[in-house]
Amino acid sequence: MAAIDMKNIIKKYGDGFPAVNDVSLDIADGEFMILVGPSGCGKSTLLRMIVGLEDITSGDMVIGGKRVNDKAPRERNLSMVFQNYALYPHLTVYENIAFPLRLAKMDDAEVKKRVTEAADVLELHEHLERKPANLSGGQRQRVAMGRAIVRQAEAFLFDEPLSNLDAKLRGQMRTEISRLQRRLGITTVYVTHDQTEAMTLGDRVAVLRKGLLQQVASPRELYEQPVNLFVAGFIGSPPMNFLPATVDGSALQTPFGRFELDERKAAAVRGKELVLMGVRPEYFEDASLVEEHKRHLGSTFTARVDVTEWLGDSQYAYIPFDAPEEVTRQLQDLSRELDSDQLRTQAIVSIDATSRIREGRDAEFWIDTRKIHCFDPASGDNLTRDAEAGAALTREAVEDRESDLARSSGDGDGDGSAARTQVETSSTQAGGGSRRL
Amino acid sequence: MPTRERNLWYVGGLAIVVYALFPVAWIVSLSFKAPSDIANGQFLPSDFSWVNYQTIISGSASGLFLPALRNSFGICLIATAISCLLAMFAAYAIARLDFPGKKLILSTALAVAIFPVISIVTPLFNLWRQIGLYDTWPGLIIPYLSLTLPISIWTLSAFFREIPWEMEQAAQVDGATTWQAFRKVIVPLAAPGVFTTAIIAFFIAWNDFVYGIVLTSTEAARPVPAALGLFSGASQFEDPNGPIAAAAVVVTIPVVILVLLFQRRIVAGLTNGAVKG
Repeated sequence: MAAIDMKNIIKKYGDGFPAVNDVSLDIADGEFMILVGPSGCGKSTLLRMIVGLEDITSGDMVIGGKRVNDKAPRERNLSMVFQNYALYPHLTVYENIAFPLRLAKMDDAEVKKRVTEAADVLELHEHLERKPANLSGGQRQRVAMGRAIVRQAEAFLFDEPLSNLDAKLRGQMRTEISRLQRRLGITTVYVTHDQTEAMTLGDRVAVLRKGLLQQVASPRELYEQPVNLFVAGFIGSPPMNFLPATVDGSALQTPFGRFELDERKAAAVRGKELVLMGVRPEYFEDASLVEEHKRHLGSTFTARVDVTEWLGDSQYAYIPFDAPEEVTRQLQDLSRELDSDQLRTQAIVSIDATSRIREGRDAEFWIDTRKIHCFDPASGDNLTRDAEAGAALTREAVEDRESDLARSSGDGDGDGSAARTQVETSSTQAGGGSRRL
Repeated sequence: MPTRERNLWYVGGLAIVVYALFPVAWIVSLSFKAPSDIANGQFLPSDFSWVNYQTIISGSASGLFLPALRNSFGICLIATAISCLLAMFAAYAIARLDFPGKKLILSTALAVAIFPVISIVTPLFNLWRQIGLYDTWPGLIIPYLSLTLPISIWTLSAFFREIPWEMEQAAQVDGATTWQAFRKVIVPLAAPGVFTTAIIAFFIAWNDFVYGIVLTSTEAARPVPAALGLFSGASQFEDPNGPIAAAAVVVTIPVVILVLLFQRRIVAGLTNGAVKG
């Protein structure tokens, strides 16, 4: 187990294109760090530089206090789960898991013991003698994880490990990975483009865009205090709505009407002419369903609903609006960069599932103005970000992790065998849980 | 309609099989005809006779045929083994590494493969005589390598390219050196490719006639195809067609056995299940 420190890491390819540009990131011992971003943002390249499969153009990669820039992958003692699992097809599941141990020239009895333990944790016992070709996707995934956990690696690295599984299995494996990481308390770096995985798994999430690190924070901080337009648009589903707004004293004039800002936010946007107002879908509500004591915390407006989608537990309404051409173009660029192609400028609004708002009619909405953010349309910076509140959220996440780790190592005295018994007892409990899933 | 279509396919397939196998059947039939029966004007021998096989195995032609058979086997197997081994390393480098001159190596290999044998055999004949390789096994193995290596490199590098990169990367992360990754992961995965390549290389060497006839003079190194050309009849008025047919059948057998033996390995393809397919 070790901390991973990256200092000003740059990766340039032959044509001079920087795939990773000046990334500095400290990953604490035992932390679950997520690298997330749209395709081509350099997250996989960064992961492969940690493990040593990709050369580092400049910067320092420090693992466990040692600079590893010039070390081969096998000298770094990290274990990795590949996107396509990369199991050895000519070996049985048992030998696949045992492969790293065989390379380390471990004696047969010890290999057997360790593989059996890993198979216990991952419930692979009945498959040990089979070949990877005969396994299902989820089973292959578990074998790949078995190969990663079987030796005492300094850190686990995951490269989009769940993207080849179907949605149901993905959810199941997600909780499994989370449980495993907490149980073993090993530093983990996890690359994904799926924001559900990013939000649910990570202690902290690093958002990358075109090789540049945008923000590193706990999922809560990313969600509530995004640093710029890109992070705000990337995190959250459905995405945050961006409305063009002109600043008018302490209020914003938007296509949906005029909204008063609180003092802090009004001060932050003072002097600007045009800003983008960012509102998450769930900060809207059907005005008729808002409780009286909350009503005065926001404002109401009336708009014509284009489409509604009822999903059982929630309901979305789509409200088109007009925007200056310049803003429209910018929003389209952003949505393209986020791998989604939004064709029209519309706000997606989450309303209560019981709401009687129907499409094609005017309806009154309530908006929680306490939670809106204002972005500079030119630079994309979040003008109203409350850095302190954000830092507090991330601090909470760090505390949560530390208490989790303390609990998982329990009365362990640092001796491997004690930690392992802990693993086994909790794995039996976990087994019941995963069967229920 | 579908039944009719299927029948047509069967008829067509049968026609092709007959067309391809008829000469083989003819040779087999010819090899069973006694010398006096060769011109009997019909496909089947009047009565089956083993006399031709006796001639080549224990009779007058055995002095020519048996050493040639031994030479052919020895030379072709050694040439195949060397060319597979060399081609494996070369193809691995070509498929995996990025180095200057990679294209050059591939195109040179191709150029060597299409170079007409007849144009280099005369200089080679003079050279071999001067350095003492004439009429020796190495004297044939070396030119055979020039025939088999290019094709081996090409087929093997195609096979290596199909093995996902992640296999080796996973092995390296698991603690393998480049050599261990190659030996424990890539070679087993490439085994079907290596078999296929070996068979192709063996055929090429086995079928060679020009080098065999020019670069040898005695049974010290003369391979079968060259020996067949030197068969003579019992008298100068008698064609050696029967013994030649019998020898041809004997020479074809190892090839047929090889194909039958490794057919499944070639087709199977070991990479199933390596990655999500």
